Amino acid sequence: MSFMLGITPWPVASALLWIILIVAALYLIRSTAHKTIQAAAQGLHRSFRMASKAVSRSETNLAARNRDVLLAAGREAKERIIEREFDRINETVRKDLANYSGLHRSLSESIGRIEKDHQEAVDVPPDPPGWVKAVKAVADMDAKDGRAHIGSILSDIHKSLIKAHKEAMAAYHEASAKRHKLLRHMRPDWRKIQQTLGAVGKNVDSLLSRSVTIDRHMQEYEDIVRGHDRATSVLSSSSLVNFFVSAFVLCIAIGGATINFSLIARPMAEMVGGTSLIGDFRTADIAALVIILVEISMGLFLMESLRITRLFPVIGALPDKTRVRMIYITFTILFLLASVEAGLAYMREVLLQDELATSALLRGEAAAAVTATGEFMWITTAAQMGMGFILPFALVFVAIPLETFVHSLRTVLGLIGIFFLRVVALVLRVLANIFLYLGVLLKQMYDLPLFVPLWIEERMSHTGDGPAPDQDLKGARL
Amino acid sequence: MKRIMILALCALLAACSSDTAPRNTGVYMLLDTSGTYNEELVKAEQIIRFTLSRLDASDSFAVARIDTGSFSERDIIAKASFDDRPSAINRQKRLFAEQVGEFVENAEPAPYTDITGGLLQAVEFLNEKGTGNKTILIFSDLKEDLEKGYVRDIEVPLEGFEVIALNVTKLRSDNVDPREYLGRLEEWQGRVEKTGGKWRVINDLDGLEGLL
Repeated sequence: MSFMLGITPWPVASALLWIILIVAALYLIRSTAHKTIQAAAQGLHRSFRMASKAVSRSETNLAARNRDVLLAAGREAKERIIEREFDRINETVRKDLANYSGLHRSLSESIGRIEKDHQEAVDVPPDPPGWVKAVKAVADMDAKDGRAHIGSILSDIHKSLIKAHKEAMAAYHEASAKRHKLLRHMRPDWRKIQQTLGAVGKNVDSLLSRSVTIDRHMQEYEDIVRGHDRATSVLSSSSLVNFFVSAFVLCIAIGGATINFSLIARPMAEMVGGTSLIGDFRTADIAALVIILVEISMGLFLMESLRITRLFPVIGALPDKTRVRMIYITFTILFLLASVEAGLAYMREVLLQDELATSALLRGEAAAAVTATGEFMWITTAAQMGMGFILPFALVFVAIPLETFVHSLRTVLGLIGIFFLRVVALVLRVLANIFLYLGVLLKQMYDLPLFVPLWIEERMSHTGDGPAPDQDLKGARL
Repeated sequence: MKRIMILALCALLAACSSDTAPRNTGVYMLLDTSGTYNEELVKAEQIIRFTLSRLDASDSFAVARIDTGSFSERDIIAKASFDDRPSAINRQKRLFAEQVGEFVENAEPAPYTDITGGLLQAVEFLNEKGTGNKTILIFSDLKEDLEKGYVRDIEVPLEGFEVIALNVTKLRSDNVDPREYLGRLEEWQGRVEKTGGKWRVINDLDGLEGLL
């Protein structure tokens, strides 16, 4: 510093001289310095913009891929639903309408019987009464011919009439009774026809409602196949809902597995020892965990074999005979493991009681130890055994939420990835622009100490149309 | 895929072989049976039961008396290395408690007090067991009284051991001159710490929680 200020006898003059020299030097290399700053700024700007574009392209590709995955998953799910609907229709048709010929014959027979009975039940008009002719004969009789006998004749006619009337009425009653009997016989046939037609109507209604459902599903399926935005949006939101619901159910299942673990970890020490370690973990704990994981695996295979889930296409594609065998095998293994767990749960209770008794003895509470292992022990033992037996079977159903979770996880991870890439692209764009403006700022700052020569230059240039101060910002685009 | 499998296998093997140092505990308890201290054995039984309740699978525990010549296996009253099966551990603990109970009932006062010999025996026993943590409990007034002819002015190698003096009662002479009592404690602390051991004194038997 003293050297710098000592180039002239007067420090102030030295300082001024230095300033003039430096400003002059800076002015002389101004153009080169500006170019260097601009090149550096532009270079960084372009690099970051390029990186941003690359990330944006990745985001677009990921979005497209995610959309494809979503549509493929939606298509597959919809195909399954439609397939099941057709299966149900097929089942209905097979079960209820397969015997349609028998139904038709039964209906025809019933209708034939009703017709026959109906014909037989037609109301027969009574025979014209015989006494009409007799009355006519009496009316035609000349008053002079034997008028005296008319009374007796009329009396006879009256008797005949009463007799004929009685006979006619009896015949009529008999005929009516017969008709009523026939009509009564028709009643079950009517009911049968009504029931049959009702059942047929119900089946047809069911088929119609199913066909409406299938129409709706087909419409959605077509939307998915065509890749409509609406379908994508619906599938995306549905996937998110599935993800959270399945995650919640899986958390519950993990809770169940933890309880299961605590039931068998302690007695497992009795089998594999309580002190041996694998890494930092007790072998007994690992053995208990392995049993639970094997149970869950068996549950997965069972669900796959039953075609409830489709996590392993190989199992789904097995021949039916092999698949059924697999069902029996996995169920048997599961049953055996559940029995083992029930036994271990029993052992756990026995060990616990033994330990409590020993602890009480060591504390000098022998009497308390005896009463502690008393009459209610069987309740907890039974409860633990029951839990040990049931929980493995309950864990079988983990396969369903697990499948949903795995499928929806792809979409959710894709969405998170898209969001992340979008943020990165934005940050890179912002950085690119920051460097561009930083270059402009540096140039302006470079010119700041050169204001005197620049002013002189401006005064000297009569044209006065130098570069506009914001010309450098042309490249800056947000 | 093959590489991943090989790496996973290596990681598993490394995990299995990473830490083979024993983590079990070995406890050796010395009971002073000399003179009037013999009456304190009921308290010792409580401590033994407490210790038993704290020990677990593969731990070792031995109780030995301090008498005229304590550097002997014959002075061991009860000893056990606990099995790693919980049911067997409970059986062993009950048997141990019974043996100690019988000893406490029939214990007779010893004429001399060879604490150093007992310590040597304890070190030998625990080193032989090879436990991870080694603790020696001395239930005594720490007043050593050797029979003529017994040589005990030797250093006991206590590196890695924790020595806990329990129920260090004050003698009549200590009441007259407390420096005797404090001097005794200091002397034993010095002897233990000089050879690398850790030293603790617990006189309040209600606060045994931090014993092990």
